[in-house]
Amino acid sequence: MPALIIRRIIQSVIVMLTVAVVAFTLFRYVGDPVSQMVGQETTIAEREQLREDLGLNDPIIVQFARFALNTVQGKFGISFRLGRPVNELFAERLPATLELSLVAALFSLVVGIPMGVYTGLYPDRVLSKVFQTISLIGISLPTFLIGILLILFFGVLLSWLPTFGRGDVIQLGWWSTGLLTASGLKAIVMPAFTLGMFQLTLIMRLVRSEMMEVLRTDYIKFARARGLTNRAVNFGHALKNTLVPVITITGLQLGSIIAFAIITETVFQWPGMGLLFLQSIQFADVPVMSTYLILIAFFFVVINLIVDILYHVVDPRLRFDKSVVSSH
Amino acid sequence: MTEPLLKIEHLRIEFNTRRGTLVAVDDISFDVLPGEVFGIVGESGAGKSLTGQAIIGLLEPPGRIGAGRIFLNDQRIDQLPYHQMRRIRGKKIGMIFQDPLTSLNPLYTVGKQLVETILTHSEMTPNQARQHTISLLDEVGIPAAEKRISHYPHQFSGGMRQRVVIALALCVNPRLIIADEPTTALDVSIQAQIIALLKRLCKNHDTAVILITHDMGVIAEISNRVAVMYAGRLVEIGTVRDVVKTPKHPYAKGLMGSIPSLHTRAEQLMQIDGTMPRLMEIPPGCAFHPRCPHCFDRCQQKRPDLINTQPSQVACWLFENEDQSDKI
Amino acid sequence: MKSVARFQDTLHRFFDSDIWYSFKKSKVTISAACVTVIMILSAFTAPWIAPHNTFDPATLDLMDAFTPPAWYEDGTSKFLLGTDDQGRDIFSTILYGSRISLFVAFAAMLLAMLLGVSLGLVSGYIGGALDAFIMRIADVQISFPAILIVLLISGVARSVLPNVRHEEMAVWVLIFAIGISNWVHFARTVRGSTMVEKNKEYVQSARVIGRRRATIMFRHILPNVMGPVLVIGTIGLAVAVLTEATISFLGVGVPPTEPSLGTLIRIGQSFLFAGEWWIVIFPGVALAILVLAVNLLGDWMRDALNPKLR
Repeated sequence: MPALIIRRIIQSVIVMLTVAVVAFTLFRYVGDPVSQMVGQETTIAEREQLREDLGLNDPIIVQFARFALNTVQGKFGISFRLGRPVNELFAERLPATLELSLVAALFSLVVGIPMGVYTGLYPDRVLSKVFQTISLIGISLPTFLIGILLILFFGVLLSWLPTFGRGDVIQLGWWSTGLLTASGLKAIVMPAFTLGMFQLTLIMRLVRSEMMEVLRTDYIKFARARGLTNRAVNFGHALKNTLVPVITITGLQLGSIIAFAIITETVFQWPGMGLLFLQSIQFADVPVMSTYLILIAFFFVVINLIVDILYHVVDPRLRFDKSVVSSH
Repeated sequence: MTEPLLKIEHLRIEFNTRRGTLVAVDDISFDVLPGEVFGIVGESGAGKSLTGQAIIGLLEPPGRIGAGRIFLNDQRIDQLPYHQMRRIRGKKIGMIFQDPLTSLNPLYTVGKQLVETILTHSEMTPNQARQHTISLLDEVGIPAAEKRISHYPHQFSGGMRQRVVIALALCVNPRLIIADEPTTALDVSIQAQIIALLKRLCKNHDTAVILITHDMGVIAEISNRVAVMYAGRLVEIGTVRDVVKTPKHPYAKGLMGSIPSLHTRAEQLMQIDGTMPRLMEIPPGCAFHPRCPHCFDRCQQKRPDLINTQPSQVACWLFENEDQSDKI
Repeated sequence: MKSVARFQDTLHRFFDSDIWYSFKKSKVTISAACVTVIMILSAFTAPWIAPHNTFDPATLDLMDAFTPPAWYEDGTSKFLLGTDDQGRDIFSTILYGSRISLFVAFAAMLLAMLLGVSLGLVSGYIGGALDAFIMRIADVQISFPAILIVLLISGVARSVLPNVRHEEMAVWVLIFAIGISNWVHFARTVRGSTMVEKNKEYVQSARVIGRRRATIMFRHILPNVMGPVLVIGTIGLAVAVLTEATISFLGVGVPPTEPSLGTLIRIGQSFLFAGEWWIVIFPGVALAILVLAVNLLGDWMRDALNPKLR
């Protein structure tokens, strides 16, 4: 297994490098960094000087190396739009996005898995049909529409929940959390639900189809032939086999959630990384764009790694590495 | 005469499809005596497996029992509700399937699967169950049983896996085991071992076996009596010696004649022209008549019941005059 | 004559097949198909059936702005579903907007299909280093959500293109971006099927005869791997519509002068509090119905074409 981990880490590094190259290309070549930073009165000579100072005339490899080094140290440059260091901006915004994403992910798991299990076990019952319909709607309604509808109902018509912002936050060192205040909790409900809804339907469908697939296998038939109780068959054998791929896929989806937060943050004006990124797109604020790219890639890569390792721990067939990976 | 352990009376298995109701097993009746090995032989699609599934109550929809009765020790079992049938499964009737790899849950150790089954049907404590498991594995011929109970199915070879499967089926001492093609998925060299094991174990535990297979060699090896099925009907039942050495039914004759033998000299293997009809296209009268070299008028019009010609029973109009007792 | 007879024969076989049977049997699917067809048709014929041409600034009158739907007191039958902040008729804008949404979605899907199927065929058939390379790219791309890729491409296009060209090119940039972000599913499926087909006899015989690789791939293998491609295409269409709507909602999609359904919803959201709910709800409902219908169709197709479930 250690060999496997090392291999995965090397793969991750390669991915990060590729992303770094893309980010660097963006950073350096899309638009002109100098024109973005100076006013119109600056003379050409001054611009040239600036260019020289910024090291924009050095060979590409050197520039890339500098870029990579800076990135690793967390020096992401200065935002064109806001004029502040990018890493400060992200540090402020990261907690908001991460909290939202984690709550959304939790929500989708806690509700989605039972729904999926139920519809997989009892596909012909009325409740299953109801769940199926909900899942279809969940997949068809775009995230932003769900958010807007929620705002309409709970924010405008019923006035139960705040319609934008994060509520009161408490500063814990570098991290700011909204989960410890009443208004913060109220504020996170609708955004988390919106963000998690798509995930929920995905998980529900996945669990359902996995469950149905598992229930058709020979070992389930054999378990029934041995007279095991329904509980043992459905929840002991079937469920466990179903959840193994589900948990890993869900883990992988976490990265997706973080990215989808862009939309939710826009609808609810949630002060997170996603909103920052969106604004950087609208204004062609390249340093922010490329930093976001790197950060997201980093999250993805780390999550993938953890999930991979988890998968190997949970499925005994994979523990013995290459030897006996037989049919599922 | 000993009381039969299992009585099948006029069993009929149907499938509801959009083209109408298909009859897969059409009015078969037979008995199984305690401790005997009863073979059911026939081509793929003849209805053998379905019969086995019907007996243990695991017919998959849209298949269902259309008519007939099944008795286990004089208790009628074909109409029992699920939870009552569950208690009988494993404890009174066991079943083993064709592929030992897919019959075992890959995520549970072999020991756990055994202990679970034992605890479901008996009053033992977990420790006792564990001890029993070790002795079972020993009995089926798995070396180092104590170590092996914490191994996973994929860590066993094919033959060893089937031994585990047999252990699972026998662990709470059922009176009857239905073995559906138990050796088909195994190497030829292993087949003989497994068959011998089955024979020995069932003798020791006084367990009856219904051995379903298309392999006559296996039948000849361990069965006491055998029934030949064709197109969902029984065409001949008798002791192995009678049916194999002196088959009466033309189809059975063809079947036995097509087995290569080291002992007889023959220029060519006997072949039966044509193929078994599909469920939708079963001809009227005797299902075999289009392929039968001795076919006459009656065969095309009326379907023959099993005629009791001592010592075996044959469903063929050729033997009408030899009827020794009331028609079965 | 022969071709007519053959066509009739094919028609017969189609109507006798399991696919048609399962289609007829599911009322839900029939409704979904009808809805999809109606929406596509109305979007297509928008210039002729829409009561107003909302893209023409000359016809707009700010005095008409914020008219509520016709069944309200202040509403008029001239503007069935009300008007927005610029006086545009909501019903007409929905028609035109669906037109754009569907156009972008179809074109993007087509691009993704072309790209994905070709790459899948090549990758599966030729194998080796080329296959490894393509699949590596696919692996990296699939781990990123499509939205991100589309956003990035939009952002880059925005910085690279001079401001004036933005508006003209926006639609094409969008089509390109959505297409590029979706080729992987097609490629993977086609690659898998190709690798299976590669070993079949009809391919071997074609090779023995000496056919060129391209011919073998596109004329012989392609028809046999198209089945799942259609399913992915249908579901992908729904995804494309959603993606375009989302991007437009975020403000980086189609230009605001030619609003798609997403843009309309974006505009509408700001007026939600003021009580002018119709600006956001009607386009939203239209979008939802369209995507729902396409999803249902895709679901049915997938179940109907799946041999395991028969």
